[in-house]
Amino acid sequence: MMRFILPFIVFMIMAAFLYVGLSLDPHEVPSPLIGKAAPAFTLPQLQEPSKNFSPQDMKGKVWLFNVWASWCTACESEHAVLLDLSRQNLVPIYGMDYKDKRQDGEAWLRERGNPYALVVSDVEGRVGIDYGVYGVPETYVIDKQGVIRHKQIGPVTPQNLSEKILPLIKELQAK
Amino acid sequence: MKYLSILLVCLLPAFSYASQATDLAADPVLEKRMIGLAENLRCLVCQNESLASSHAELAEDLRREVREQMKKGMNDQEIVDYLVSRYGDFVLYDPPVKKYTLVLWFGPFVLLLLGGGILFYQLRKRKSQISETELSDEDVKRAAALLNDSPELQNKPKAPQA
Repeated sequence: MMRFILPFIVFMIMAAFLYVGLSLDPHEVPSPLIGKAAPAFTLPQLQEPSKNFSPQDMKGKVWLFNVWASWCTACESEHAVLLDLSRQNLVPIYGMDYKDKRQDGEAWLRERGNPYALVVSDVEGRVGIDYGVYGVPETYVIDKQGVIRHKQIGPVTPQNLSEKILPLIKELQAK
Repeated sequence: MKYLSILLVCLLPAFSYASQATDLAADPVLEKRMIGLAENLRCLVCQNESLASSHAELAEDLRREVREQMKKGMNDQEIVDYLVSRYGDFVLYDPPVKKYTLVLWFGPFVLLLLGGGILFYQLRKRKSQISETELSDEDVKRAAALLNDSPELQNKPKAPQA
Protein backbone atom coordinates (compact mmCIF):
# COMPACT_ATOMS: atom_id res chain seq x y z
CA MET A 1 0.00 0.00 0.00
CA MET A 2 2.84 2.38 0.90
CA ARG A 3 4.20 1.97 -2.63
CA PHE A 4 1.22 3.90 -3.93
CA ILE A 5 0.52 6.28 -1.08
CA LEU A 6 4.00 7.75 -0.83
CA PRO A 7 4.38 8.77 -4.49
CA PHE A 8 0.84 10.09 -4.39
CA ILE A 9 1.62 12.31 -1.40
CA VAL A 10 4.77 13.60 -3.13
CA PHE A 11 2.73 14.28 -6.24
CA MET A 12 0.07 16.16 -4.29
CA ILE A 13 2.66 18.34 -2.57
CA MET A 14 4.29 19.21 -5.88
CA ALA A 15 0.92 19.86 -7.48
CA ALA A 16 -0.01 22.20 -4.62
CA PHE A 17 3.23 24.16 -5.04
CA LEU A 18 2.78 24.40 -8.79
CA TYR A 19 -0.86 25.43 -8.41
CA VAL A 20 0.05 28.26 -6.05
CA GLY A 21 2.86 29.21 -8.43
CA LEU A 22 0.34 29.66 -11.22
CA SER A 23 -1.48 32.39 -9.35
CA LEU A 24 1.70 34.32 -8.46
CA ASP A 25 2.82 37.09 -10.77
CA PRO A 26 6.62 37.18 -10.97
CA HIS A 27 6.37 40.75 -12.23
CA GLU A 28 4.97 41.88 -8.91
CA VAL A 29 8.11 42.53 -6.96
CA PRO A 30 7.34 43.56 -3.38
CA SER A 31 8.53 47.08 -2.81
CA PRO A 32 10.97 47.69 0.05
CA LEU A 33 9.50 51.19 0.31
CA ILE A 34 6.29 50.09 2.04
CA GLY A 35 6.27 51.56 5.53
CA LYS A 36 9.03 54.03 4.66
CA ALA A 37 8.79 57.74 4.06
CA ALA A 38 7.96 58.63 0.48
CA PRO A 39 11.23 59.80 -1.13
CA ALA A 40 11.45 63.58 -1.32
CA PHE A 41 11.63 65.33 -4.67
CA THR A 42 10.86 68.61 -6.31
CA LEU A 43 9.61 68.41 -9.86
CA PRO A 44 8.06 70.92 -12.27
CA GLN A 45 4.37 70.58 -12.93
CA LEU A 46 3.35 69.17 -16.28
CA GLN A 47 0.97 71.91 -17.36
CA GLU A 48 2.78 74.77 -15.64
CA PRO A 49 6.51 74.00 -15.68
CA SER A 50 7.33 77.20 -13.80
CA LYS A 51 5.56 75.79 -10.71
CA ASN A 52 7.01 72.97 -8.66
CA PHE A 53 5.51 70.27 -6.51
CA SER A 54 7.04 68.21 -3.78
CA PRO A 55 5.47 65.50 -1.61
CA GLN A 56 6.15 67.52 1.54
CA ASP A 57 3.32 69.81 0.40
CA MET A 58 0.93 66.92 1.10
CA LYS A 59 1.69 66.46 4.82
CA GLY A 60 -1.50 65.88 6.76
CA LYS A 61 -3.38 64.37 3.83
CA VAL A 62 -3.84 60.86 2.57
CA TRP A 63 -3.17 60.85 -1.16
CA LEU A 64 -2.60 58.67 -4.19
CA PHE A 65 0.55 59.05 -6.22
CA ASN A 66 -0.02 57.58 -9.65
CA VAL A 67 2.86 57.07 -12.07
CA TRP A 68 1.77 57.03 -15.71
CA ALA A 69 2.93 57.93 -19.21
CA SER A 70 1.35 58.63 -22.56
CA TRP A 71 3.34 55.75 -24.10
CA CYS A 72 1.97 53.29 -21.56
CA THR A 73 -0.84 51.16 -22.99
CA ALA A 74 -1.99 49.75 -19.65
CA CYS A 75 -2.51 53.33 -18.44
CA GLU A 76 -5.40 53.73 -20.87
CA SER A 77 -7.57 51.15 -19.16
CA GLU A 78 -6.58 52.57 -15.79
CA HIS A 79 -7.42 56.11 -16.83
CA ALA A 80 -11.18 55.54 -16.86
CA VAL A 81 -10.99 54.07 -13.35
CA LEU A 82 -9.01 57.08 -12.10
CA LEU A 83 -11.46 59.52 -13.72
CA ASP A 84 -14.28 57.74 -11.97
CA LEU A 85 -12.43 57.83 -8.66
CA SER A 86 -11.65 61.54 -8.98
CA ARG A 87 -15.37 62.32 -9.46
CA GLN A 88 -16.11 60.65 -6.12
CA ASN A 89 -13.82 63.11 -4.30
CA LEU A 90 -12.64 60.44 -1.89
CA VAL A 91 -8.93 61.04 -2.17
CA PRO A 92 -6.73 63.47 -4.08
CA ILE A 93 -4.85 61.83 -6.97
CA TYR A 94 -1.48 63.25 -7.84
CA GLY A 95 0.12 62.07 -11.04
CA MET A 96 3.65 61.76 -12.31
CA ASP A 97 4.19 61.68 -16.04
CA TYR A 98 7.13 59.29 -16.21
CA LYS A 99 9.80 59.49 -18.93
CA ASP A 100 7.45 61.23 -21.28
CA LYS A 101 7.58 64.21 -23.58
CA ARG A 102 5.80 67.13 -21.99
CA GLN A 103 3.61 67.77 -25.07
CA ASP A 104 2.60 64.10 -25.26
CA GLY A 105 1.58 64.00 -21.62
CA GLU A 106 -0.41 67.23 -21.89
CA ALA A 107 -2.15 66.08 -25.07
CA TRP A 108 -3.02 62.76 -23.43
CA LEU A 109 -4.76 64.52 -20.55
CA ARG A 110 -6.55 66.96 -22.88
CA GLU A 111 -7.95 64.13 -24.97
CA ARG A 112 -8.92 61.73 -22.20
CA GLY A 113 -9.73 64.04 -19.33
CA ASN A 114 -7.67 64.84 -16.24
CA PRO A 115 -8.33 62.92 -13.01
CA TYR A 116 -5.35 64.50 -11.26
CA ALA A 117 -5.28 67.30 -8.73
CA LEU A 118 -1.85 68.00 -10.12
CA VAL A 119 0.67 66.29 -12.40
CA VAL A 120 4.44 66.52 -12.22
CA SER A 121 6.76 65.66 -15.05
CA ASP A 122 9.71 63.29 -14.53
CA VAL A 123 11.33 63.49 -17.95
CA GLU A 124 14.56 61.74 -17.04
CA GLY A 125 12.98 59.12 -14.80
CA ARG A 126 15.18 59.88 -11.78
CA VAL A 127 12.34 60.30 -9.31
CA GLY A 128 10.89 57.11 -10.76
CA ILE A 129 14.08 55.30 -9.74
CA ASP A 130 13.83 56.73 -6.22
CA TYR A 131 10.32 55.32 -5.98
CA GLY A 132 11.40 51.95 -7.38
CA VAL A 133 9.23 52.33 -10.47
CA TYR A 134 9.93 49.57 -12.97
CA GLY A 135 6.74 49.35 -14.97
CA VAL A 136 4.05 51.94 -15.33
CA PRO A 137 1.36 52.31 -14.21
CA GLU A 138 2.20 52.16 -10.53
CA THR A 139 0.24 53.76 -7.73
CA TYR A 140 1.31 54.57 -4.19
CA VAL A 141 -0.96 55.17 -1.22
CA ILE A 142 0.74 57.74 1.03
CA ASP A 143 -0.54 58.55 4.50
CA LYS A 144 -0.77 61.78 6.49
CA GLN A 145 2.77 61.43 7.79
CA GLY A 146 4.13 60.99 4.27
CA VAL A 147 4.71 57.24 4.65
CA ILE A 148 4.09 54.88 1.72
CA ARG A 149 1.44 52.40 2.84
CA HIS A 150 0.71 50.48 -0.32
CA LYS A 151 2.01 50.12 -3.83
CA GLN A 152 -0.22 48.97 -6.64
CA ILE A 153 1.92 47.53 -9.42
CA GLY A 154 0.04 47.59 -12.70
CA PRO A 155 -3.24 49.36 -13.37
CA VAL A 156 -5.72 50.36 -10.70
CA THR A 157 -8.88 48.38 -11.41
CA PRO A 158 -12.38 48.62 -9.89
CA GLN A 159 -11.56 45.34 -8.15
CA ASN A 160 -8.27 46.22 -6.44
CA LEU A 161 -9.69 49.67 -5.73
CA SER A 162 -12.67 48.35 -3.79
CA GLU A 163 -10.88 45.41 -2.21
CA LYS A 164 -7.64 46.99 -1.11
CA ILE A 165 -7.00 50.63 -1.95
CA LEU A 166 -10.22 52.35 -0.83
CA PRO A 167 -10.55 50.46 2.49
CA LEU A 168 -6.93 51.34 3.24
CA ILE A 169 -7.52 54.99 2.38
CA LYS A 170 -10.56 55.14 4.67
CA GLU A 171 -8.57 53.55 7.47
CA LEU A 172 -5.70 56.00 7.02
CA GLN A 173 -7.99 59.02 6.77
CA ALA A 174 -9.67 58.05 10.06
CA LYS A 175 -6.35 58.10 11.91
CA MET B 1 64.71 76.62 -24.20
CA LYS B 2 62.89 77.66 -27.34
CA TYR B 3 62.67 74.03 -28.49
CA LEU B 4 61.42 72.98 -25.12
CA SER B 5 58.56 75.47 -25.21
CA ILE B 6 57.67 74.33 -28.74
CA LEU B 7 57.66 70.77 -27.49
CA LEU B 8 55.39 71.73 -24.62
CA VAL B 9 52.98 73.47 -26.98
CA CYS B 10 52.94 70.33 -29.10
CA LEU B 11 51.92 68.34 -26.05
CA LEU B 12 48.93 70.56 -25.30
CA PRO B 13 46.44 68.65 -27.49
CA ALA B 14 47.27 65.54 -25.49
CA PHE B 15 46.18 67.29 -22.31
CA SER B 16 42.97 68.52 -23.84
CA TYR B 17 42.26 64.94 -24.91
CA ALA B 18 42.87 63.77 -21.38
CA SER B 19 40.13 66.01 -20.06
CA GLN B 20 37.72 64.69 -22.67
CA ALA B 21 38.41 61.10 -21.73
CA THR B 22 36.81 61.59 -18.33
CA ASP B 23 33.46 61.62 -20.08
CA LEU B 24 31.47 58.88 -18.36
CA ALA B 25 30.54 56.52 -21.15
CA ALA B 26 33.91 56.95 -22.77
CA ASP B 27 35.83 56.02 -19.63
CA PRO B 28 36.65 52.35 -20.30
CA VAL B 29 37.77 51.58 -16.75
CA LEU B 30 34.59 52.90 -15.21
CA GLU B 31 32.49 51.25 -17.90
CA LYS B 32 34.14 47.92 -17.18
CA ARG B 33 33.55 48.32 -13.46
CA MET B 34 29.92 49.29 -14.08
CA ILE B 35 29.31 46.27 -16.35
CA GLY B 36 31.03 43.99 -13.83
CA LEU B 37 28.62 45.17 -11.13
CA ALA B 38 25.55 45.23 -13.37
CA GLU B 39 26.08 41.62 -14.44
CA ASN B 40 25.12 40.52 -10.95
CA LEU B 41 21.99 42.65 -10.86
CA ARG B 42 18.64 41.78 -12.32
CA CYS B 43 16.76 44.00 -14.71
CA LEU B 44 13.25 44.36 -13.31
CA VAL B 45 11.54 44.84 -16.63
CA CYS B 46 12.85 41.70 -18.34
CA GLN B 47 13.58 39.62 -15.32
CA ASN B 48 15.82 37.01 -16.88
CA GLU B 49 18.26 39.56 -18.14
CA SER B 50 20.97 41.23 -16.14
CA LEU B 51 21.18 44.96 -15.80
CA ALA B 52 24.32 44.81 -17.93
CA SER B 53 22.77 43.10 -20.94
CA SER B 54 19.24 44.49 -20.90
CA HIS B 55 18.09 46.98 -23.49
CA ALA B 56 15.08 48.09 -21.47
CA GLU B 57 14.91 51.82 -20.90
CA LEU B 58 14.89 51.36 -17.16
CA ALA B 59 18.11 49.33 -17.39
CA GLU B 60 19.72 52.14 -19.37
CA ASP B 61 18.63 54.64 -16.74
CA LEU B 62 19.93 52.45 -13.94
CA ARG B 63 23.27 51.99 -15.70
CA ARG B 64 23.48 55.77 -16.00
CA GLU B 65 22.71 56.04 -12.30
CA VAL B 66 25.40 53.46 -11.42
CA ARG B 67 27.98 55.26 -13.58
CA GLU B 68 27.25 58.57 -11.90
CA GLN B 69 27.52 57.06 -8.44
CA MET B 70 30.82 55.42 -9.29
CA LYS B 71 32.04 58.78 -10.46
CA LYS B 72 30.95 60.24 -7.13
CA GLY B 73 33.28 57.73 -5.49
CA MET B 74 30.72 55.35 -4.02
CA ASN B 75 31.96 51.79 -3.64
CA ASP B 76 30.19 48.76 -5.14
CA GLN B 77 28.46 47.82 -1.90
CA GLU B 78 27.03 51.30 -1.47
CA ILE B 79 25.66 51.23 -5.02
CA VAL B 80 24.11 47.78 -4.51
CA ASP B 81 22.53 49.04 -1.27
CA TYR B 82 21.17 52.04 -3.15
CA LEU B 83 19.44 49.77 -5.67
CA VAL B 84 18.21 47.29 -3.05
CA SER B 85 16.66 50.11 -1.00
CA ARG B 86 14.55 51.02 -4.04
CA TYR B 87 13.85 47.73 -5.76
CA GLY B 88 14.35 45.18 -3.01
CA ASP B 89 16.48 42.05 -2.79
CA PHE B 90 14.92 40.99 -6.05
CA VAL B 91 17.57 42.93 -7.99
CA LEU B 92 20.27 40.66 -6.61
CA TYR B 93 21.07 37.50 -8.52
CA ASP B 94 22.79 36.36 -5.35
CA PRO B 95 20.05 36.68 -2.73
CA PRO B 96 21.06 37.25 0.91
CA VAL B 97 20.27 34.66 3.57
CA LYS B 98 17.15 35.98 5.32
CA LYS B 99 14.12 34.53 7.00
CA TYR B 100 12.15 34.31 3.79
CA THR B 101 15.05 33.04 1.69
CA LEU B 102 15.82 30.12 4.04
CA VAL B 103 13.79 27.70 1.91
CA LEU B 104 15.58 28.95 -1.19
CA TRP B 105 19.02 28.50 0.36
CA PHE B 106 18.55 25.32 2.37
CA GLY B 107 15.54 23.68 0.74
CA PRO B 108 17.65 21.78 -1.82
CA PHE B 109 19.89 20.37 0.90
CA VAL B 110 16.88 19.28 2.94
CA LEU B 111 15.48 17.54 -0.14
CA LEU B 112 18.85 15.94 -0.82
CA LEU B 113 19.08 14.62 2.74
CA LEU B 114 15.50 13.41 2.57
CA GLY B 115 16.07 11.63 -0.75
CA GLY B 116 19.38 10.20 0.46
CA GLY B 117 17.70 8.96 3.65
CA ILE B 118 14.91 7.24 1.72
CA LEU B 119 17.43 5.67 -0.67
CA PHE B 120 19.59 4.45 2.22
CA TYR B 121 16.55 3.03 4.00
CA GLN B 122 15.31 1.26 0.87
CA LEU B 123 18.73 -0.22 0.08
CA ARG B 124 19.06 -1.52 3.63
CA LYS B 125 15.61 -3.05 3.46
CA ARG B 126 16.32 -4.68 0.11
CA LYS B 127 19.63 -6.10 1.29
CA SER B 128 17.95 -7.92 4.13
CA GLN B 129 15.41 -9.36 1.71
CA ILE B 130 17.96 -10.78 -0.72
CA SER B 131 19.01 -14.31 0.17
CA GLU B 132 21.94 -15.98 -1.53
CA THR B 133 20.90 -19.06 -3.48
CA GLU B 134 23.52 -21.72 -3.74
CA LEU B 135 24.36 -22.87 -7.28
CA SER B 136 24.19 -26.53 -7.84
CA ASP B 137 27.15 -28.29 -9.52
CA GLU B 138 25.08 -28.70 -12.61
CA ASP B 139 24.44 -24.94 -12.81
CA VAL B 140 28.13 -24.19 -12.45
CA LYS B 141 29.00 -26.57 -15.26
CA ARG B 142 26.35 -25.13 -17.52
CA ALA B 143 27.54 -21.58 -16.90
CA ALA B 144 31.14 -22.53 -17.60
CA ALA B 145 30.14 -24.26 -20.80
CA LEU B 146 28.20 -21.25 -21.98
CA LEU B 147 31.03 -18.87 -21.19
CA ASN B 148 33.74 -20.93 -22.83
CA ASP B 149 31.98 -22.27 -25.88
CA SER B 150 29.97 -19.27 -27.00
CA PRO B 151 31.69 -18.01 -30.20
CA GLU B 152 30.11 -14.55 -29.84
CA LEU B 153 31.56 -14.10 -26.41
CA GLN B 154 35.01 -15.18 -27.50
CA ASN B 155 35.22 -13.07 -30.62
CA LYS B 156 33.52 -9.88 -29.55
CA PRO B 157 32.94 -10.06 -25.87
CA LYS B 158 31.73 -6.47 -25.58
CA ALA B 159 28.90 -6.74 -28.07
CA PRO B 160 26.02 -8.64 -26.60
CA GLN B 161 23.40 -9.73 -29.08
CA ALA B 162 20.26 -7.75 -29.36
